[in-house]
Amino acid sequence: MSWIGRPIPRLEDPALLTGQGRFVADTAQGAAAVRFVRSPVARGRILGIDVPNDLPAGVRVITAADLADVRPIRPLLHRPDYVAIGQPALAATCVRHVGEPVAAVVAPGAAQAEDVAELVFVEIEPEEAVADLDLALAAGAPQVHAEAPGNLLIDGRLATEGFDAAVAAAAHLVEIEVCSRRQSAMPLEARAAHASFERATGRVTLTCSVQMPHMLRTAIADHLGMRESDLRVVAPDVGGAFGQKMSLFPEYLVLVWLARRLRGAVAWIEDRRENLTASAHGRDQRHRVRGAFAADGRLLALEGDLRCNVGAYSSYPVTCGVEPLMALAELPGPYDVRHYRARARGVATNTCMMAPYRGVSRPVITLAMERLMDCAADRLGLDPVELRRRNLVRAFPYRSATGLLFDEGSYLDCLERAAATVDLPAFRARQAAARAAGRFLGVGFCVFSERTGYGTPAFAARGMEIAPGYERVEIAMDPSGNLEARIGASPHGQGLATTLAQLIADELGVEPAQIRIAHGDTDRTPYGWGTFASRSLVIAGGACKLAAAALRDRLARLAGHLLEADPGDVEFADGRARVRGTDLSIELATLARQAYHQSHRFGDAHDPYLAAHATYDPAGTFSNATHAAIVEVDPETGHVAIERFLVVEDAGVLINPMIADGQVHGGVAQGIAHALFEEIVYDDEGNILTASLADYLPPTCAEIPPIEVQHLVTESDATLTRAKGLGEGGAIGAPAAVLNAIADALKPFGVGVFEMPATPQRLRALIRTAQAGEVP
Amino acid sequence: MKPAAFAYHAPRSLDEALALLAEHADEGRLLAGGQSLVPAMNFRLARPAVLIDINRIAALDFLGEADGWLRIGALTRHLAFERPVAAGPLATLLPQVAWHVAHLPIRVRGTFAGSLAHADPAAEWSLVAATLAAEIVALSRAGERTLPADGFFRTAFTTALRPDELIAEVRLPLLGEDWRCGFAEFSRRKGDFALAMALAAVRLEDERIAAARLGVGGVEHRPRRIEAAEALLLGESARPEVLAAAADAVAAALEPVEDIHASAEYRRDLARVMARRALEGALA
Repeated sequence: MSWIGRPIPRLEDPALLTGQGRFVADTAQGAAAVRFVRSPVARGRILGIDVPNDLPAGVRVITAADLADVRPIRPLLHRPDYVAIGQPALAATCVRHVGEPVAAVVAPGAAQAEDVAELVFVEIEPEEAVADLDLALAAGAPQVHAEAPGNLLIDGRLATEGFDAAVAAAAHLVEIEVCSRRQSAMPLEARAAHASFERATGRVTLTCSVQMPHMLRTAIADHLGMRESDLRVVAPDVGGAFGQKMSLFPEYLVLVWLARRLRGAVAWIEDRRENLTASAHGRDQRHRVRGAFAADGRLLALEGDLRCNVGAYSSYPVTCGVEPLMALAELPGPYDVRHYRARARGVATNTCMMAPYRGVSRPVITLAMERLMDCAADRLGLDPVELRRRNLVRAFPYRSATGLLFDEGSYLDCLERAAATVDLPAFRARQAAARAAGRFLGVGFCVFSERTGYGTPAFAARGMEIAPGYERVEIAMDPSGNLEARIGASPHGQGLATTLAQLIADELGVEPAQIRIAHGDTDRTPYGWGTFASRSLVIAGGACKLAAAALRDRLARLAGHLLEADPGDVEFADGRARVRGTDLSIELATLARQAYHQSHRFGDAHDPYLAAHATYDPAGTFSNATHAAIVEVDPETGHVAIERFLVVEDAGVLINPMIADGQVHGGVAQGIAHALFEEIVYDDEGNILTASLADYLPPTCAEIPPIEVQHLVTESDATLTRAKGLGEGGAIGAPAAVLNAIADALKPFGVGVFEMPATPQRLRALIRTAQAGEVP
Repeated sequence: MKPAAFAYHAPRSLDEALALLAEHADEGRLLAGGQSLVPAMNFRLARPAVLIDINRIAALDFLGEADGWLRIGALTRHLAFERPVAAGPLATLLPQVAWHVAHLPIRVRGTFAGSLAHADPAAEWSLVAATLAAEIVALSRAGERTLPADGFFRTAFTTALRPDELIAEVRLPLLGEDWRCGFAEFSRRKGDFALAMALAAVRLEDERIAAARLGVGGVEHRPRRIEAAEALLLGESARPEVLAAAADAVAAALEPVEDIHASAEYRRDLARVMARRALEGALA
């Protein structure tokens, strides 16, 4: 019986649900508390830092002057259109955004650290700041970095041959601009770190709420000039990350520096205001796209002007190129368009830096494409589903205009299934009746591809100085016959300890509960890249399968030796090794005990350590989905109620369908947040106006409708397990589905809906303006 | 997110509390539910040097009808109003309003009287008090004062209470069976403070409106009745155009505040709609 495909309860959950999880703050008891003094202004020159000279015992204040030997964070892309910029651990001469750390206070307790931080006076001469993307691109805008004229940090371009001719041949040109306001990934647990110096060895252990512990170890060692072996990074239970916890942050450099300097333990538990102000943001983008359509609706050519506000600094290691370059490469999405021309810019502003957030640019480029499709359908007088049908990729493998290779998927099937499930003709009838009664219903579709599980070549193609991608897994069976798999991936809520155990269990004929997955500790696990970009099940999962198969081959040889059978005849099930076609078998526990404790029985070539390892580095795979939303808009208030939300998705073979559904649900909730609720707001001076959860509005369960999920299974051979990633898809597809549904609902008012979040205030303003013209 | 240092007192009697309040009138704050005060302290927006915790004073914990009033003791939690606590129209109105007050954990701790003392312009109970002509019983060592709700709310977070006074009790007039109430609120999410809300209470005689109270909250710096709109209703039947005219009068009378969630124009739109919907709710 296979464990793959079974919705078994997550092995992680008993501890988490009974309060036995261990997060950084749980480990930090007894450490001195660190509080950062942060810039209150968006841009200015630091004239002086006034530290009270009668500090209480045990209290210290650190400024940039103390950190002269710490290298600035300066991630690199090997591209001529990229400008490298540096971010100091603590601001020395100038500040570039509100919330930038300027000094660090160390005190015995957190409240005292806050008391002292209030007394540290940073004298700053404010300078004109720029927070808005297009204002930063305008001539004469303040320069965020002297080395980046025009505030351009990256300026990527792509053009296919014959683009102009293809546009000239088109029957219809449809052009729109979409705007996504800035968001926070909003992990429930904010950033946190505990750095502890071990006097006996001179090592520091950094326990940190992070997605990529090995990368962080390398980065901190590099920036502090220490040996990597002198640092251990531990990611304990992590309370959500969504991309926000995969960058090197200045605070972590300061923590490790302090632990070494003070030869003790220090902890920083970020509060929500800091997290909203000074961790990382994303999705602050405006895209102008133009589609050139043939008379029959075929998309002949696509043009994009893609602008991303990447804030004041470049996130390490992925750089500020991560949003614009993904937008540039993936804008065409699942549509078969041969002619493409685009420019993608990353623009510096005096705001908190951008870092990856679940889906990165795809929620916004998908909004651009899917609104474009609906607008084009309107122009051509076609049903939006029909226009998509005529343009979706159908033949695989498919090489996109930007060079991406699509493995087999079910783009058309997902769309057809979604359209059939919502029963479009019946909905149109209900919609017409509702309109006649003064109620405004709408349906919206979103079709997208989700590039997942990509290894080193994909990252190297971006020109990254640090190119992630592979994952290594080491599996060992102990003398009791139980297993441990040590992985370089670093799960933090994805249920990977369960799904990997299911994969390994099938290879070795054991139960998942017999398999412990060790992760999140650089002393215990092989060097790896962590968990992000919908990669871990595909890549760590593939490596698990390979390593488990290698261990199985070794066990087969040992069992064959003891049972006097050909190893090729040995099979594994129910915790036993059996000789096929006989009643000969041996329990794995007995076999393991023999291998370790009676090793002399197996001959000179026998290595008593029952272990195997493997590394997997795939090219990547595309999963795909169609989302459909049915909404009702109250034109008097601008309120949007989501009546129904449907996901039809294809992530290949599902290892654990329950976990897959959970990933979809969580992603859709964040997508709905993006579409309707969450927005980081800066004023013209660069002050952040949404620095608490009174103003930054994640939806609650009251705002998220039931989410229906249907799975199709395309067995692509692009991955070893035939599983595809799906961690980001919910967040990618939901915004466009919701906005298309709102636009459909408001069609009688003749308004365009191109900005998200589509807040009630914004929708009401559109309706009010339309009504001022004529009553619908 | 740690409060500045403060001294903490937990008196067990009203006399003790009033003495502490008299002593620390200027730098002291009362702690009842703490659902607004404590977050403000953690943000260091509020820095009381002294906290006087009144939760142990049994004499302040009561709720019941007497002499035509619903008497609400200072320690009555929001949660108490989720079930009917008074006869007549209040039996359905108060649970309806309570459902809009924040989230369950907050309703378990936060108090009705504390909400009035805090005087957030968008707090539901302040609107109820202002619209239904509640009385606020203020106590200090100097004695007892009974303050009408009209005039109690001065502006945002400012009331007619003196620094050495606490709210011992709030009295809501029990409405007769011939009164009908409606409440409508718009907020970004379930449980958020209102961007606009309205409460309507009307008395019908022979199908005509004989008395009307129409209050709006969340729009200006304090909740208040809109007399100009009430006047338009008197003597009229509950025809849609009458309700719409009253709602328009509400919109015209307001000077809405602005924030990132709602411009003045949007708040005015919402107030008009909420006023009409509250009236429709009352007259449905």
